[in-house]
Amino acid sequence: MAESVQVAVLGAGPGGYAAAFYAADLGMQVALIDEEKNPGGVCLYRGCIPSKALLHVAKVIDEAKHADNWGVSFGEPSIDVDKLRSYKQGVVDKLTAGVGSVARLRKVKFVQGRATLTGPNSLKVAGAGGETELQFEHLILATGSSPTRIPSLSIESDRMMDSTSGLELPDVPKSLLVVGGGYIGLELGSVYATLGSKVSVVEMTPGLLPGADRDLVGVLEKRLKKLFSAIMLNTKVVKVVAEGKGIRVTFEGDVAEKEQVFDRVLVAVGRRPNSKIPGLETTGVKVDAKGFIETDPQRRTAERTIFAIGDVAGEPMLAHKASHEARVAVEAIAGHKAVFEPQAIPAVVFTDPEIAWCGLTESQAQAEGIEVEVAKFPWGALSRAITVDRPEGLTKLVLEPKTGRVLGVGIAGSGAGELIAEGALAIEMGATAEDMKLVIHPHPTLSESVMESAEVFFGQSTHVYKPKRKT
Amino acid sequence: MTEFKIPELGENVASGDVTRILVNVGDTIAREQPVVELETDKATIEVPSSVAGVVKEIKVKKGDKVKVGAVVLTVDAPTGDAPAAKAAAPAAAPAASPAPTPAPETPPVAAPAPAPAPAATGPRVVPMPVRAVPEAAAPAAPAKPEGERGPAAPASPAVRRLAREIGVDVNVVPGSGPGGRITQDDVKEHARRILSSVGSAGAAAGGVAVRASRPLPDFQKWGEVDRQPWSNIRRATAEHLSYAWTTIPHVTQFDKADVGELEQLRKQFKEKVAKAGGHLTVTAMLVRILATAVRKFPQFNASIDLERGEIVYKKYVNVGVAVDTDRGLLVPVIRQADTKNIMEIAVELQKLAEKARDKKLSLEEMSGGGISLSNLGGIGGTYFTPIVNWPEVAILGVSRGTTEPVWKDGRWEPRQMLPLSLSYDHRVIDGADAMRFLRWVVEAIEQPFLLSLVG
Repeated sequence: MAESVQVAVLGAGPGGYAAAFYAADLGMQVALIDEEKNPGGVCLYRGCIPSKALLHVAKVIDEAKHADNWGVSFGEPSIDVDKLRSYKQGVVDKLTAGVGSVARLRKVKFVQGRATLTGPNSLKVAGAGGETELQFEHLILATGSSPTRIPSLSIESDRMMDSTSGLELPDVPKSLLVVGGGYIGLELGSVYATLGSKVSVVEMTPGLLPGADRDLVGVLEKRLKKLFSAIMLNTKVVKVVAEGKGIRVTFEGDVAEKEQVFDRVLVAVGRRPNSKIPGLETTGVKVDAKGFIETDPQRRTAERTIFAIGDVAGEPMLAHKASHEARVAVEAIAGHKAVFEPQAIPAVVFTDPEIAWCGLTESQAQAEGIEVEVAKFPWGALSRAITVDRPEGLTKLVLEPKTGRVLGVGIAGSGAGELIAEGALAIEMGATAEDMKLVIHPHPTLSESVMESAEVFFGQSTHVYKPKRKT
Repeated sequence: MTEFKIPELGENVASGDVTRILVNVGDTIAREQPVVELETDKATIEVPSSVAGVVKEIKVKKGDKVKVGAVVLTVDAPTGDAPAAKAAAPAAAPAASPAPTPAPETPPVAAPAPAPAPAATGPRVVPMPVRAVPEAAAPAAPAKPEGERGPAAPASPAVRRLAREIGVDVNVVPGSGPGGRITQDDVKEHARRILSSVGSAGAAAGGVAVRASRPLPDFQKWGEVDRQPWSNIRRATAEHLSYAWTTIPHVTQFDKADVGELEQLRKQFKEKVAKAGGHLTVTAMLVRILATAVRKFPQFNASIDLERGEIVYKKYVNVGVAVDTDRGLLVPVIRQADTKNIMEIAVELQKLAEKARDKKLSLEEMSGGGISLSNLGGIGGTYFTPIVNWPEVAILGVSRGTTEPVWKDGRWEPRQMLPLSLSYDHRVIDGADAMRFLRWVVEAIEQPFLLSLVG
């Protein structure tokens, strides 16, 4: 006799476990299914969390190096890679175990194993202890995404890494090629470069972080040019061959040396939704051409009983988007008229400096013919940035010209990821530049840049003198 | 050549169906001559021409739906082209070129500073450069409708959620905050407004009120049927009555009036009234009685303003009288009925009823009622429950009088009794007041002298 629950959640990442917990909080009987021992998903096991632990260490190393300029010398760091790896692993274990115990406290039934759907109201899970059958009223698919594999780069070699194996930190290679100038490549590339690798980045398009605001990327690029030994834009990798000493890579494009050898190659060219769910064909769920599961604004799929959230349900593939969708889907199951309708989904690149943005970007406004006004505040005039010796930075607001309503916020600089939350709040609340300038921001902090950029819109920034425009 | 366009037809009337064209190409028409007949939501009206001349071209045909401003026909001026052109030119001039009033002197600061100009003696105030132009921010025009372009409505996530839960499209809610920001109160207020405008707004917004939401069975299964278009008048009546019926908490009270004395007077004076061109009817007499009654009981001549949370008491007394026509129910209004004598009312009523039956009633003649009277006595019946003619709050229904035994002065007497049914809006009128009102009407009928005594 199969066990039955009101809500089954497939995939225990930040989308899946958020859905399971919220459903439990609303009084539903919930089962959460994942192949790992604990909830956490890619984010906790192989993504956001381990990478941030390593990036933190990188930042400390970098600041220590910087301290020379301030009259404090620590000398060359000695790096114990095994200890560093276990620190990172400790962070992951602590967080996943924590989420696991919270699941138990909420009486969420956690089933470890691989699930196969057997219809619109049932599935089975093959786990270590045999097969479990499960009946459900509603199912939430939260199966996430995996690194994209490029066939020509998929050769059998320990020296080839993807983001998952890159985060395992097997060693600090002398030289590393990062294929892909997106956020994953730049974050991991930064870690390895700071630990001592000579890092080269190769990107097919004309710029790093394709799609991000150029002003912001410009701030980051300046620093990355110093950190990385090469940034090859407009360049493609056409061939990789494993040799005794390393990986021989053949390039095509704007690069002088068409063949180079690297100790390791990290492929970070994007992620693909995990929509090849066993037994999905026994349901009415539809998958689009890009492999995303099709959903309505409530995140309900073509099968009435099944919802899909997170990476598998569409771009942007971000943990915080997934956990918000989780709440929408659960509320829809609970009979509310909730829909997924954010005005701003913040995106953060955790490089150093960080860049972060949310809402409408300047280039998007241009492309869509939306009239906007942009107010920029350079951090060179920001006291907090000067005190920490990080004056490279920029805060920009994308505003509706007539009302001054905040439509988009972009920040480049140390700590941008923390600052962007204010931008998201402003956009969601329909705040205007006037509101932002009238809110007292603490001094001296980086957050003042948000207030001052709003003042720039009115031509009244305290720390930026801008002569009035002639009218 | 001059065009004649559909003029303003009346309050809330934006269009009508052409039911008849009253002139032909080549006809010479005069100003004020009716040229086309339109059936609007509220009435069928003959539209008089505002131009004179020879009809050159007729641009509408029977069955067309025409809006205010649509060109009906073109005429050539009777005395040739030259004067016509001249005649047309000055007519157009005032509209085309607004008087060149000198632009007010603008201060150097571009945008209007909200603060008043400082007194000469006060400290000099530097006007703040106001960037957020208040006019632009004013939400007079509802924000983006469905056209997904541009930013979404400026409403916080909680406000958007509220709107969704109560079924309001947040994108059309006018925001009261800076930059047109929408608050929870704005959403609630908008919902309230939608509810109170359903019905009165007519087919456009309120159509839902009467539109059958459930699918109909296939009637042909059981026999032959005939389908007729729902006329504008019937549709407007349906929507109006559905709104009144669903929003007004109705109570109907019944009473009987001994109409013997009144009937005697009616017979006595009907010749005199006939000479003046009227029918002295019980209806005419009741109009006068009602007019006096609502002066005694002002809450019966009131309306509820839900939006402002007020009750509107009217200081004028206009009585609507339901008239049965072959196209449906029409309610012409006797204005200032409290200042007119019964003879005047009888004559006016006669004219209005004729107009109603000849489709000549103007919208003006059917608006502004304070209380209504519906007399079905000519057809029969004992009692009925009339629907209050919103935005009024009461209606008196009259059925056929019958001779009944009445216990009077210690014996049975045959008396002619008139059944009365008073429906009222219980939100403004209490049951006891309604009974007092109805008793007053009954007594006025039974003792007609009361009218001149205290009326």
